[in-house]
Amino acid sequence: MKGFIIKEFFHIFRDRRSLIILFGMPIVQILLFGFAITNEIRNVNIAVLDKARDEASERIIEKMLASGYFVMNGYLETEDEIEPIFRKGKIKAVVVFGPDLDRNLTAGGIAPVQIIADATDPNTANTIAAYAASIVRDYQADINPNVTLPLETIPEVRMLYNPELKGVFMFIPGTMTIILMLVSAMMTSISIAREKEMGTMEVLLVSPLKPVQVVAGKVLPYILLSSINATVILLLGYFVFRMPMQGSLLALMGTTLLFIITTLSLGIFISTVAQTQQMAMMMSLIGLMLPTIMLSGFVFPIDSMPWPLRVLSNIIPAKWFILILKGLMLKGVSITYLWKEVLILIMMTLALIGISVKKYAIRLA
Amino acid sequence: MTYSDPIISVDKLTKKFGSFTAVNAISFQVMKGEIFGFLGANGAGKTTAMKILIGISRPTSGTATVAGYDIYKQTEQIKKSIGYMSQRFSLYNDLTIKENIEFFGGIYGLTSRQIREKSDALVEKLGLQDKFNRPISDLPLGWKQKLAFSVALLHDPKIIFLDEPTGGVDPVTRRMFWNMIYEAAYRGVTIFVTTHYMDEAEYCNRVSMMVDGKIEALDSPARLKEKFGVNSMNDVFVRLARNQDKAKVQ
Amino acid sequence: MLVSAALWDINLNKMQMEIRIESISKSFGDVRALVDVTFDVNAGELFGLIGPDGGGKTTLFRILTTLMLPDSGNAVVAGYPISDYQAIRRSVGYMPGRFSLYPDLTVEENLKFFASIFGTTVEKNYELIRDIYVQIEPFRDRRAGALSGGMKQKLALCCALIHRPKVLFLDEPTTGVDPVSRKEFWEMLDRLRQDGMAILVSTAYMDEASLCDRVALIHQGKILTTDTPANITVTFGRPLYAIRTSNVYEVTRDIESYAYARTIYPFGEHLHYTDKREKPDPIELEDFLRGKGHHDIELTAIEPTIEDAFMELAETHSQILTQ
Repeated sequence: MKGFIIKEFFHIFRDRRSLIILFGMPIVQILLFGFAITNEIRNVNIAVLDKARDEASERIIEKMLASGYFVMNGYLETEDEIEPIFRKGKIKAVVVFGPDLDRNLTAGGIAPVQIIADATDPNTANTIAAYAASIVRDYQADINPNVTLPLETIPEVRMLYNPELKGVFMFIPGTMTIILMLVSAMMTSISIAREKEMGTMEVLLVSPLKPVQVVAGKVLPYILLSSINATVILLLGYFVFRMPMQGSLLALMGTTLLFIITTLSLGIFISTVAQTQQMAMMMSLIGLMLPTIMLSGFVFPIDSMPWPLRVLSNIIPAKWFILILKGLMLKGVSITYLWKEVLILIMMTLALIGISVKKYAIRLA
Repeated sequence: MTYSDPIISVDKLTKKFGSFTAVNAISFQVMKGEIFGFLGANGAGKTTAMKILIGISRPTSGTATVAGYDIYKQTEQIKKSIGYMSQRFSLYNDLTIKENIEFFGGIYGLTSRQIREKSDALVEKLGLQDKFNRPISDLPLGWKQKLAFSVALLHDPKIIFLDEPTGGVDPVTRRMFWNMIYEAAYRGVTIFVTTHYMDEAEYCNRVSMMVDGKIEALDSPARLKEKFGVNSMNDVFVRLARNQDKAKVQ
Repeated sequence: MLVSAALWDINLNKMQMEIRIESISKSFGDVRALVDVTFDVNAGELFGLIGPDGGGKTTLFRILTTLMLPDSGNAVVAGYPISDYQAIRRSVGYMPGRFSLYPDLTVEENLKFFASIFGTTVEKNYELIRDIYVQIEPFRDRRAGALSGGMKQKLALCCALIHRPKVLFLDEPTTGVDPVSRKEFWEMLDRLRQDGMAILVSTAYMDEASLCDRVALIHQGKILTTDTPANITVTFGRPLYAIRTSNVYEVTRDIESYAYARTIYPFGEHLHYTDKREKPDPIELEDFLRGKGHHDIELTAIEPTIEDAFMELAETHSQILTQ
């Protein structure tokens, strides 16, 4: 029995791959979880519409920025600018200070402070509103040390795009992304790896078929399947969960197809590296699924992560697609607003395909 | 030399997988000290039968004893009394010779001193002293086979089961391997071997041929060739298979 | 003019059904898989590449089918240099080890698939494979994974032939298959080469060498000799004796102590013996053995087989390598 245990240890330590999994994975996981998971918010971009322009508003803004939770994006001049700036997607909240702020706060009346939050991510929106509100209340308490609770001042909170704070509006785009990743990337990579494992790849290569034809033949069925999947999810979201569809349907279908192709090219790329089906599956799960779930903004807000992770999240295609979906469905922006995200997806796809074609073994060695 | 003391006795042994009968009521005996060839095409049932005899598979019906132990109730004793070596697996590639011997010695229940003694003897005999601490993967295939065979004999078993031990190996090494088998048989170990190489069937004292789950022939190679009027075991096999086909068509 | 044009055409055609290999070498890290391999296969020739596992056969096949590039050397396959991989891949049939069929497709589906990727149909070249296909036709709706070894072999051969290749590469097609199917397979190959294509088959079974027109014996990446099977046995070069005894082990052991013994190997029901001297003395050997107590000995001079020749050449080669 002892001999058996010793032997197992030999096996484990001599196999580099199992070592990486045993020691590398937990460390990476803990780091990721530790830094990424947080219900706190940090570095949230906000804009301010300051109609008061007095000491109170100045102080409150100062406090907000000093807290570290918020980052100032800019000052707005009029109410009309509020909608567009949300659509652009650069800011998550707008703080509106009504006139005579100072006087109202000291007098104990209703503070004319309005917090408008982007509720496409309902959890974050809640937290943002709560933090902002508490900062205002703090200030009020500071300048009125003798006034006892309860204070009358409750800043008005408005949740944009998702007034009921329905979590499902966040989950539908997120889930769709994960499923597409699963079907397209993982299944494609496994299918190509299987061909290699079975030895039939050799025979396919020694034929008039060009490598690009072999790959295309593998990939087309999955495009079809993924499109069907995506359609089903969206239909469910719309009809069953009453998800709004504010933007253009055509744009939605187009960008979904684009994302499917991106994930497929990810799958092809993995298959050029993986030698067996098992490796393909492991790489898909650990290299794709895990980072996607953690860093795409699906579950944990990206803004709250330390900056290395935020940078990392930029190379995750899912992140950009979720932005597109949220923009199209919840905010109803037109596709031109999302040109940056779309362009990024296109470039990623081209790069992946380019590398895969180069790596693709016309020869085995 | 005639061998007359049965060490394996099989009576109407049967193994079914669902409606498929892999081993169909086979009966035979293997005598102590003989080299017994267990032949048959892939899918004829010989691997299944062998698994039952080495105690890792349970038959559907029929009886058998191996080294005096019952294959239903005494499989653990069987495993302790036999050695096993197969083509697909013999030794651990990423462990060294030393580690392999220690490991297998351990699971066969040998003491550390016994392991050391046998290990020294083995290494000296095979001339592998300078490779003792190198992983098995460094050895060429032929040497791996020979080492695996020696390790399977480490605990002095009464019977050794060899499952296609010489697949793909070059002719010289194959013969050196068979010389080791001869030597073990000379020392009284019973050898139960399956092989694809019909010329190796000639090295056996007796052979049995399985076709479709049944034993269609059991005798010494010389007598089988006489019976079918041919010159080689290869031809015996061909004749048997053709007879089978004819019987099926009828 | 017409006649010479026709002759030119025939020659051109013939050239296209050939394999010419020149000094091919390939190493993988420290391992020298192929060392200076040179030989030719002509149109209509059934050529055997004989040698045990690890000898380099599969590596050579991969190079010839353009799946790998050699480190040095050249080859011309079906009239094209191996750099022209597209042309070669269109013109050859390849059956790699382990049969490479799709186990979850049926017999018929596999065949149709392979026909389609070569831009042809099953019907078009059916007479080429008919003799083989009729043997598996009753199973055409069975999944390839459920076929026996012999049937898989036949199906894989059909799939490799379906586009009427000019050159056929078969990598160990008989390994692990029962002797009956092996015999039938070689009979099929024999009929095929009459069609004119060059067939290069690799095998580890020495006895199959005698079924080829010519063979090359390969051992650890080097070609030991290339010739017809008959010639190879002729060049064995020393007298060979077969000893029949029922006491194989003891006789072997005792001969090892005989002063003039050079090699002694079991061979089926005999032992093959070669002597250190050019003119051995069989009577003396018999006396020696009788002196050791072996009385039922039969000693006969025999003609060497390919296997004897291979072992002789391989041992010499190994000794050269270890020097």
